Amino acid sequence: MSTIAERGYAHPDKLVSTDWVAENLNNPAIRIIESNEDELLYPSGHIPNAVEVDWTKDLNDPVRRDYLNKDGFEALLGRLGVTPETTLVFYGDKNNWWAAYALWVFELFGHTNTKLIDGGRLKWQQEGRELTREVPTFPPTVYTANERNDAPVRAFRQDVLAHVESAGQLVDVRSPAEYSGELLHMANYPQEGALRGGHIPNAKNIPWSKAANGDGTFKTAEELTALYVGEQGLNPQADVITYCRIGERSSHTWFVLNYLLGFNNVKNYDGSWTEWGNLVNVPIEK
Amino acid sequence: MTTLPVKLQEYLDDFETITDRAERTEYLIEIANRFHTVRVPSTVATQPYDLAHYVAECESDVYVWAVDNPDDTLKYYFDVLNPQGLSAMAMCVVLDETCSHIPLAQIASIPTDIVFTLFGKQISMGKGRGLMGVVRKAQGEALQRLKG
Repeated sequence: MSTIAERGYAHPDKLVSTDWVAENLNNPAIRIIESNEDELLYPSGHIPNAVEVDWTKDLNDPVRRDYLNKDGFEALLGRLGVTPETTLVFYGDKNNWWAAYALWVFELFGHTNTKLIDGGRLKWQQEGRELTREVPTFPPTVYTANERNDAPVRAFRQDVLAHVESAGQLVDVRSPAEYSGELLHMANYPQEGALRGGHIPNAKNIPWSKAANGDGTFKTAEELTALYVGEQGLNPQADVITYCRIGERSSHTWFVLNYLLGFNNVKNYDGSWTEWGNLVNVPIEK
Repeated sequence: MTTLPVKLQEYLDDFETITDRAERTEYLIEIANRFHTVRVPSTVATQPYDLAHYVAECESDVYVWAVDNPDDTLKYYFDVLNPQGLSAMAMCVVLDETCSHIPLAQIASIPTDIVFTLFGKQISMGKGRGLMGVVRKAQGEALQRLKG
């Protein structure tokens, strides 16, 4: 397995190895953050000194379908005992799928001093490294956040509609069966969340997991370029919008295109199919 | 009216009393840690598994089997290929402990929203859908036999 530096990424500094993490467990300048799809995982054992950021409890507005506001972000980061200068190192389950989502939310507030642990929780465990159930405590800090600015990395439905009408690039990272709308037609399994199946017109179907190896590490830049540019014909210089069902899987692809391949302008459409598939009078392809 | 399986009702009653998230989490982890007792033995299935047993909605790669007992009840087995699918594992353990060896009609009457009693109302849509899919898959085995 090549080192991160050898893989040709546009921004290799956005990834750290499990070796690096092991050497920096007690580094006061970093904070390790676990964020999972399965909330049972962190309490069952986590990297020593890692804190938990829970997507439902910590990152979402409790009423609107939106993320936390500036006050909430300041409170969260103050509780985690970090400052704007702290390097936040995210990891989690499912090839860092949910960790990438959390990292993307932090970008809304301009905290870009962030990294992902290459291989995530699975790699750490498979290497037999220490897991602990002890929850660390850090002195709370006063964190002054930037005003939330969604525009650089987040697409809303009107952005997507305009993008579609201008034949812009879209990446649908869901499974082929979701992309085709087939899943909605399984009679015995009613599909909550969307009244219509299919995909946004012009979207290319590149399931998010294709960007990762079996051990959860990211593929090399050469492999990723072959996939996204060679096979699927994406233009790195043109705008791209990624989406899935609620924006969680597409955050992983957003990270890949933005930081590993250095695409010029990548936004995540977190409304994704749970919004588009329920919208009245928007175009859908099957 | 068909009642819920007794052991399932006991589980639900237990979880209804839990108001603390950490307590619920610990309880579910304890249950998930028993998953090895419900994992499908090689006498029933080996990998690669038949996709007929696959729970399509669950992203933890869950498979469900039901073996017929002489008394017309079922013995459930599972596998969860995602080693980090703790919630799925807990769901599988609950289903085996509450649905194996009981009348099929009781299994058929289980509402899928038991998932929210067990895992809390705040679980994500995707996770809820996946866990309900596991329940439906187990129910499907009972329903299939009831239909003859």
